[in-house]
This record gives sequence, C-alpha cells and structure tokens, in this order.
Amino acid sequence: MMWFNLAQAQSFMPTEGTKIATQVDNLYGFLLVASLISFLILMGGMTFFVFKYKRRTNKDKTGYITHNTFLEFLWSFIPLVIFLGVFAWGWLIYHEMRSMPKDALEVHVFGKQWAWEFEYKSGVKAGNLLVVPVNKDVKLIMTSKDVIHSFYIPSFRIKQDVIPGRYTALWFNADKLGEYHVFCAEFCGTQHSGMLATLKVVPQAEYEAWLEDESQVGSLPLAKRGEKLFAVKACASCHSVADAATKVGPTLWKKFGTKESIEGMVDVDVDENYLRESILNPNAKIVKGFPKGVMPAFQGQLNETELNALIEYVKTLK
Amino acid sequence: MATAAAHGHGSDKNYLNESSGLWSWLTTLDHKRIGIMYFISVLIFFLLGGIMALLLRIELMYPGQTIMSADTYNQVMTYHGSIMVFMVIIPGIPAILGNFFLPLHIGAKDVAFPRLNLLSWYCLMAGALLAFTTLITHKVDTGWTFYTPYSIKTGTSVTTMVVAAFIMGVSSILTGLNFIATVHKLRAPGMTMYRIPLFVWAIYSTAILQVLATPVLGITLLLLSVERAFGVGIFDPALGGDPVLFQHFFWFYSHPAVYIMILPAMGVISELITTFSRKVIFGYTAIAYSSLGIAGVSFFVWGHHMFVSGQSTIAGIVFSFLTMLVGVPTAIKMFNWIATMYKGSIQMQSPMLFAMGFMFLFGIGGVTGIMLAVIPINVHFHDTYFVVAHFHYVMVGGTLMAIMGGFYYWFPKMFGKMYNEMTARLSFVFIFIGFNVTFFPQFILGAMGMPRRYFDYIPAYYSLNAISTVGSWLIAIGFLIALYTIINGLTKGEKAPMNPWGSKTLEWTTSSPPPHSNFDVEPVITAGPYEYR
Repeated sequence: MMWFNLAQAQSFMPTEGTKIATQVDNLYGFLLVASLISFLILMGGMTFFVFKYKRRTNKDKTGYITHNTFLEFLWSFIPLVIFLGVFAWGWLIYHEMRSMPKDALEVHVFGKQWAWEFEYKSGVKAGNLLVVPVNKDVKLIMTSKDVIHSFYIPSFRIKQDVIPGRYTALWFNADKLGEYHVFCAEFCGTQHSGMLATLKVVPQAEYEAWLEDESQVGSLPLAKRGEKLFAVKACASCHSVADAATKVGPTLWKKFGTKESIEGMVDVDVDENYLRESILNPNAKIVKGFPKGVMPAFQGQLNETELNALIEYVKTLK
Repeated sequence: MATAAAHGHGSDKNYLNESSGLWSWLTTLDHKRIGIMYFISVLIFFLLGGIMALLLRIELMYPGQTIMSADTYNQVMTYHGSIMVFMVIIPGIPAILGNFFLPLHIGAKDVAFPRLNLLSWYCLMAGALLAFTTLITHKVDTGWTFYTPYSIKTGTSVTTMVVAAFIMGVSSILTGLNFIATVHKLRAPGMTMYRIPLFVWAIYSTAILQVLATPVLGITLLLLSVERAFGVGIFDPALGGDPVLFQHFFWFYSHPAVYIMILPAMGVISELITTFSRKVIFGYTAIAYSSLGIAGVSFFVWGHHMFVSGQSTIAGIVFSFLTMLVGVPTAIKMFNWIATMYKGSIQMQSPMLFAMGFMFLFGIGGVTGIMLAVIPINVHFHDTYFVVAHFHYVMVGGTLMAIMGGFYYWFPKMFGKMYNEMTARLSFVFIFIGFNVTFFPQFILGAMGMPRRYFDYIPAYYSLNAISTVGSWLIAIGFLIALYTIINGLTKGEKAPMNPWGSKTLEWTTSSPPPHSNFDVEPVITAGPYEYR
C-alpha cells in the first residue's frame, strides 16, 4: 500500500486515531490518485485538441464523426468497473464501521443546544469532555434533548447524527493517546459552531483514576460540586465566569448581590431566589439587551442539592 | 439544416420593439419577452445572493466574530442558500434560456401555453416577494434545508418562508409542464425527436423532473407549515413525529432538484462545443439518453444525503451503489464533449472559454462527487466544507459557468447587439481564477474536518479560510466586469448579424433579434441540428 501513502494528503487529514481511520485514508488516497489521473486525461485531451485543432481559417474542413460504438462502450464500461470497485471497497469498511463490538465500554451521550453531555455507567457525568481508555472498544449510545445534532470526531473519521426521541450509536477503538476534537456537524442554531467537546484517550489506569475522582463529587464542598455541575451542563458555553465579557447570555462574574435590569420590570436583586428562578425557568425574567427563549429551562432536571451547589458556586465568582 | 431562412423583408419589427411600455411587458405572452423578464429578476436575485456570499466570506476571514453576530451569520447563510437555490439556479437556465430558445430551437412560434408561461413568472415573483417579507418580520435561520425539529422550534418566520418556496415550486412545475407539452406538440414539420438540439433534450429531461419531483417538496413544506401552525405531530418527536422523515421527503425532491440545476447546463455546453468546434456532436443519442438516464436514476439516490442520519446500514449501501450509477452517464457526457472537439475547428471565443471552464470545474465537481458517494469517505466529509466545495464546483462551476457561456453565446440573438469580446474574456479570467481560489481551499478545510454552517472555527482553519475570502473578491470583480460587458453591449454594441458564430441550429436562421412570431415562414426541417460538413 506504499503508493497510496504517497497520495494521501496526510498533512491535510487529521491524525489517524483508529485503525478504521487508516483504512478510510487508504481508500481516499486511492480515489485521489484515480481522480487525478482521469482528470488529467480529460483536461489533457481537451487542452491538446484546443491547440491542435485551433481554427485557422473560416473555411476549415472538420471531420464528420457522429459516434464510435467501441469507444463509447469503453468509456462507459471502464468508469462503471472503477465505480463498482470503489463502492465494494467502501462497503467493506462501512460494514466494519457499523458493526457494534460486543463487550465494549458503553457511554451515554446527550446532545443539547449547545453542549455535549456524557454519562458513564457508574453514574459519573462530564460536560464537553469524554475520557476513554486507549486500545479499548468504546460504544457511544446517543440521543438529543432538543434538535438534531451530529457527533463528529475528525481524527477517527466517524460521524453520526444525534436525534431526539431515539438512539443512534457509534463505536471506536482509539490506538493513540492524546486529545481530539469533537464537533457538532448538524446545524443546530446560534452556538452551533461553539458546540465543541474534547475527547481524551488515556492509559487504562489513568482512566480508572479519573473515573474514581469524578465519582467522589458527592463528598466535595457545595461550591466545588457546583463548579463541576457547571462544567457538566456546559453553562460556560453561554455565561462567562472570570470576567465581564458577554457571551450568549449575561456574565455571572461578580453578579451575586448586585442589581440586574430586567426587560419590562423594575430592577431586581440578584439573590438566591432570582438565581433559582433563572435556572429553572429562564424566560420568567429576561435581562435587558438579551433575547428571550435562548436558554433551555432546567425545571425537573436538577434536584435541590444540585441547585444549591450551583448557587453556592455562583456566589464564589468574584 | 433549415430550408426556411427568414431574411427580414424590409421590416425592422422585432419582439423588442413590437409594442412598448411597461404594461406591454407585464402582460406579454411572448416567450422571448418572458425569458427577458426572468433574466432581469434572476439577475437581481443573483446580486442579492452574491452580496450575502461576500458578507459570509468576510465574516469567515478570521476566527471569532468579524463583522456580524452568530445569529446574523445563520440568517445570512440561510438567505444566501435559499435565494441561490430557489430563485437563481433552479429558474436560471430553463426559465431564461429555455424560455427564449426552446421554441426557436424546434421551430415553434411560442410555447404550448403562453398564458401559463406568464403565470409561472408571476408565481416566482410572488414567492420571492413573500420570501423577502421575512427579512422585515423574523429573519429565518434554518439554512435552506429547513431540517426539523429545528425549523419547528425556532422562533423565526419559517412558515412564511416555506409557503414562499411552495409558490416558487408551483412556478417551476408550470414551466416544466409547458416545456413538455411544447416539445411534444409544437415541433416544426420534419423536426423529429432525433433532430432537436441537445439543449432541448436537456430542458426536456429537466422538465420531467420539475413536474414529478417538485410536488413532493410542496407537500413536505405544507406539512411543515401545518405542524408549525397547528401543532400536528408529523416531524417533531415531542409530538410523536419523526424528524428524519422530513429529510427523506425533502431530499426526495431536492436530489432530483440538483439535476434540475445541472442538466440544462449540460445542454448549453453541448451547443457551445459544437458551434465553436464547427463540428457535429459526438454521440448525439448517447448524450440525449444520458440526460434521461440521469433524470431517471436521480429519483433513487436521495439517501446519499442521509448516510449519517440514522438510516439503516443496508439503505446506506443501496444508496451508495445507485449513486455510483449516476457517475456513468455523467462521465459519458464529458467524454463525448471532448471527442466532439477532435478534428474540429476550434475558436476560443468567450462562450467557448466558459464551456472549457465548465468542463474543468465540473470535472473536479464530478470526481469529488464519486468520493462522496463512497460511504466511509462520506461519513468523514459529510456536512463539512468538502461538501460545500463539491456542490459549489457543480452548481457554480457547472451551472453558473454554463449560464454565463450560454448568455454570451445567445446575447447577439436576444438583443441584436454584439458585446465587447475583450471584457467578456476578462470576466471569464476573474471568475474562473477567483472561483478556484475561493473553493479549492474548502476541499482541504473539509478534509481537515471543518464542519459547514460554522460561524466560528478553531485557529487551525484560519489561513485557508482567509485565502477563500480573497478568492470571493476576485469572483465579484469578474461578475462586475460581466455586468459592464452586458450593459456596454446593450447600449453601445454593434448590430449583430443573423448568425455571428456560424452555428447550425434553427434560432440562427431568423433575424437578430427575432420577430414576434420567431420565423417569418414556418421552417421545414430536413436534417439534424449539427450539420457541419
């Protein structure tokens, strides 16, 4: 397969993080070479004719050639054979891509506007961060909480739409340690291009240690737990916490204890009750200058302890 | 080919000065005038869509916010796509050049239903105006594909927009119906189906697609409106609907629509290549039937837009296989055009330059189309800039190059004036180079993994995006030069002879511009359309 490697636009394609990625690149490399050759034949022929048969006088005699059955058969049949060949090659790889491994590490994935949420079997949750062990089959069982998203890992050459009301699945076996991008590839609204996650491929021991750490969240101080939850729910996609910068929503930095101007109301105090309402039912009071209906309501999605943790965390943002 | 040559017998009357005043245009039943009215409206839409494209490229020149917010970007992206698809590329060749030249090509006085023809122009205008009202109400942000459930949940004027697209769809159906009837019923004596020019075959195949596929879009968009207005659960899973069903319905139309966009372009290219090579077309039957073949298979490949949508693995494989089959008739056409040039007498006038440009760009669009048809490669490229680059190579590099070439080619016939050849060539150079500078880097961006419809991107994608933006300015310059060439030709152009290119099809046997009834004497046809001997 040496000559395919020459053709691979390796500097363009992202790192190959799985064996399937390498197989996809080999097929792509073959297609690139085949396309280049056929394109050069076509354009070469065209350019040659343009110069060779350039009009000399207005009375040039031209050949009266209506067709040539043998040639026409050739240039229908040869492309057909090539097309069917690459189709079959693609089928083989696709079959492997879509055959879910048994005994895989299963992780639940939720897509929502505009963050990825991951839930492990032990109950550990992570927002926009997926940690998996190297050289292990991992199966993602995915669904969406609102509109259609698409889970895309360029380095693994895999992508799958994530649909509300049903499950779709992806699997991979990462064979290189490292951090990889996860993008949302299906248009999902305002922050579509900001719906990014990081995939960390780590040694088995490190993975176990991380999982253990994350499962200790329950014994942390409230504000710390709030910080974790803030990350899991990807609140930071829309609210800044370290400066006054406005993202999609208002900043939360130095917000507690101040007054907030509300659309169509008198100013309100930013206290525990205001924060509670703004999390559970964000459309009840809209801060001046921000559009209505952007933030999803968290009513029924957080328990009392989680709410307290989030509020305690917001209090610490100074 | 034709025995009837209409040597203007002293009268200077033609379709342009037959009657005058705006009212005579707005109530005209003359297919040529309706063609001109389509030209003016499509040109305005194209300028609007083009300005939006330039704004999008400026926003993408740097990562992060450059000139507009994320919401504004999503709206501009939606209007760019909707305008260019529904108001420019779909009506482009059939409604402008098809209206004007289909009757002339078959020796008819007009289309079969002239009133219906005028009605379809009014439908396009009504749909377009309705679509533009959403710019004042709540600008739509769904992309031109209106995917559910996003299009149900978003608070923007989606309902108005899809009703507008529905009305424009009616326009497309009426045009198609008219052309089918015209080809079957109004051919001049002796004009058998195998003597009609290949442009007519292409428009005919397109018309079949317009009539059969567009109603499905209409139904789909109505269902979407009903769901938004009355909360009937068809596509929204929260109401028990299926969001992926929308994609099946949508692409059942919108894939054939891709061929509604490209088949007429292929017809134009066949005309340009024979004329400027002074040679009979190579493989007339193969080209004619490959148009019908492409039209037929195009109904069974919609699933290749849905390889990662959650449709079953087996469906994906079948759709991949069928998509490969479309590649064959497309390749046949490319080979036939190049074979036509063999032993020809080739003159590189500006229309021929655009035809060569078409073959170059469409060639790249074609081979990348084969790559995208191979499922595992598609999975990586799906919804990335690779797809954006691919369909711009086909739609802009293909269709728009053909529109430009065809327009320069038929300009003398349409307006009775010649344009400046030098500025026409200059417009080609800028458009062709600018196009490649804009869109080739997008193939690489897609290979690197940059998803489409992205307002912002990671820093690794910066330099290629910047190059792409600069390219868009070159294209803009090219089109401004083309606009200058047209205006200059209309106002200062020399009087055009009856047949400036020495072409053999029927429209060149009547005066430039043609009289109201096209031919002074009904032509009688005794030979094929490309009798260069």
